[in-house]
Amino acid sequence: MTLLAVERIKLFSTRSPWWCMALAIALTVGMASLIAANTGDQFPLNVAVTQSFTDFGMVVIMVMAALAATTEYRFGTIRATFLAVPSRTGALVAKATVVALLAGVVGEVVAFGSWGISKLIKPNVDLAINSTAEWRNVAGTGLVFMIAALLAVAVGILIRQTAGAVAILLVYTMLVENLIGLIPTLGQKIQRWLPFMHANNFRTADGAPVTDGPGAGSQLDFPFGPWGSLAYFAAIGVGLLVVALVVAKRRDA
Amino acid sequence: MIEAIGLTKRYGNTVAVDDLSFTVAPGRVTGFLGPNGAGKSTTMRMILGLDRPTSGKALIDGKPYAQLDRPLRTVGALLDAKWVHPNRSARAHLQWLAKSNGLPARRVEEVLEMVGLTAVAKRRAGGYSLGMAQRLGIAGALLGDPQVLLFDEPVNGLDPEGILWIRQFMQGLAAEGRTVLVSSHLLSEMALTAQDLVVIGKGKIISQSSTTEFIERATENSVLVRSPQASKLGPLLVDKGYTVRTDDDGSLSVTGATSDQVGDIAGANAVVLHELSPQRGSLEQAFMQLTGDSVEYHAEIGK
Amino acid sequence: MTLLAVERIKLFSTRSPWWCMALAMVITIGMAALISANTDDRFPLTVSVSQGFSNFGMVVIMVMAALAVTTEYRFGTIRATFLAVPGRVQALLAKTAVVALLAGVVGEAVAFGSWGIGTLIKPDADMAINSSAEWRNVAGTGLVFALAAVLAVAVGVLVRQTAGAVAILLVYTMLVESLIGLIPTLGQKIQRWLPFQNSTNFQTAGNESFMNETGGLDYPFGPWGSLVYFAAICVGLLVVALVVAKRRDA
Repeated sequence: MTLLAVERIKLFSTRSPWWCMALAIALTVGMASLIAANTGDQFPLNVAVTQSFTDFGMVVIMVMAALAATTEYRFGTIRATFLAVPSRTGALVAKATVVALLAGVVGEVVAFGSWGISKLIKPNVDLAINSTAEWRNVAGTGLVFMIAALLAVAVGILIRQTAGAVAILLVYTMLVENLIGLIPTLGQKIQRWLPFMHANNFRTADGAPVTDGPGAGSQLDFPFGPWGSLAYFAAIGVGLLVVALVVAKRRDA
Repeated sequence: MIEAIGLTKRYGNTVAVDDLSFTVAPGRVTGFLGPNGAGKSTTMRMILGLDRPTSGKALIDGKPYAQLDRPLRTVGALLDAKWVHPNRSARAHLQWLAKSNGLPARRVEEVLEMVGLTAVAKRRAGGYSLGMAQRLGIAGALLGDPQVLLFDEPVNGLDPEGILWIRQFMQGLAAEGRTVLVSSHLLSEMALTAQDLVVIGKGKIISQSSTTEFIERATENSVLVRSPQASKLGPLLVDKGYTVRTDDDGSLSVTGATSDQVGDIAGANAVVLHELSPQRGSLEQAFMQLTGDSVEYHAEIGK
Repeated sequence: MTLLAVERIKLFSTRSPWWCMALAMVITIGMAALISANTDDRFPLTVSVSQGFSNFGMVVIMVMAALAVTTEYRFGTIRATFLAVPGRVQALLAKTAVVALLAGVVGEAVAFGSWGIGTLIKPDADMAINSSAEWRNVAGTGLVFALAAVLAVAVGVLVRQTAGAVAILLVYTMLVESLIGLIPTLGQKIQRWLPFQNSTNFQTAGNESFMNETGGLDYPFGPWGSLVYFAAICVGLLVVALVVAKRRDA
């Protein structure tokens, strides 16, 4: 618990997490309101449509999570941390936990905020969350944000360099996973095993309409159902973190 | 008490630290001296468990750093004053350090007061001058009221007032019975601060002794003699087994003898002396002599 | 010319540009090879299909361009630069020119490399570049890369901070422009005025394949008009950045 408190103090005593959280929430919810305001008979509003912009929030939170690790290396405070807490695994697990919890909270705020503002703007539309698919789509956002944050912290620890870690995370998440689909036939066979495609499958499988853009993985023939996809996504996030912890333990600080 | 036992660090083919063994005793300031690139910082990082030794080990009160429970209560270290997030306030920086070792929040205020940063504790550490950053680093080192303290080049870049402050501070800590290890590449600074010296060059140990002993051993003692009868005195001194060099202006410089011995010989032989003065080599010369072959980067002076 | 030489030396004496260029070319061309090898009757290889991965190269080069500026601020060398060349506008223009030229060369290398490896792997496919649309698609890549690099340099000068600049560029280019399309009706009206949609229009108009079946957007310009519009935005942002850099304390 002490270590969690330490990491909480560290995270909240700098500015960038606040900026990232504010940006993730304000822009995502703001765009959701814009989307809701422009829906009509031709493009009806439903629960899934309110969640269209949550990917934006996720990548911003991934940047925040990566920064939480890389700025410690950048400013040498990682050494101060390891002097205070020689058990590196303990210190880094605490950091990953705090960041993941925060990401989860932001995810729920983003999801329910987007849903809530849409409901305010279009009070006559039926936005009741009643199927499990709808619950997954909205409430599941926090889980997806959490795992994405774990993965980002792991990449941050491995790369140690802000520019590299942020570029790798963003290019991979937003571009590589989609572009791979361009390989004829083979592309989709690969895509059905890629982590963020599974995150998407978890949230949008069974009934939630497919939106185009970066979330367009839903036509894939996934090897798992939605909860299996979540477990698979979590396994990749946690697995990468374990690799990062082993590397950090062995390496000179 | 700090012990280094056969401490070695290799990066590929370069040996940064080569089989170092020394002990640092409590109650004294021990200087850790060597030219730039001699391996001082690497050694300190290995003592603190930040870098993994290729072989050998370092113990603090008989334990490796990683096995200390709440290490800040045993060891305080200032390796680099810049190891602070620039957007975090000094107080927040100390708060997380205190929290991590179960130290009360009140202790943060105490150390801030001790180093004189209370008034600026709310400001972001990135805006601090070097002297203030150094004080913040020292506050961090003192947080757990540790018995063992390590400082890496603490006076680098400080103004005279800051240097004096740190020097007296470290001596005060040692006087309270703590173990204090301070690294520096300046022998003159160490001569004023440290009672013991561990001297290294190119990663190897050169000497471990008290500072006075080191300086006496290292500086060449000679006696300058001016006399109208120098040509008579010279052979007399050589007969006694001392080395005599005649300088351009006709004065003699005698090594191996004290001024008393030279004076006695002159008196016994009725030689008139115009000057008889003991000469002491500078600390820098002594240091250069000892570490001359072990400087990592040689500057080609006058070539 | 001296300033260009100065900036060339600065850029090539650090490692990250080499890494970025290598990554941009190797991955893009490698993926083009993978795509070509997997084409068949149902998904036939064409000139435009061989260019499917060039966006990856572009974002990597944008990262390189932003780093060329932000690392100067990070390490304080921007002050050394302004001491050596007090005309800030010239110094930054020289940097932009060098980075943009390099981006253009990488763009051509990526485009012709992808096309070349496609022809090697599938010698029977119709890979002749003969229509002007196909020329735009391949040879136009260098122009798009160069302009995107100008935009990235401008963002780097404005933001000055690596993490911020890289995140803004990547999130905007890869996510925001496409997510905006999700706003019903209004989204597409906005999208047709967005810079990277227009650069895509320049490259892909008249080059429909199984990868981009329809352009979808009702662009206000033809392909060359789109390029001019894209260039105007990039250069405009650079002008803003130069004015800001001139006024600001270094």
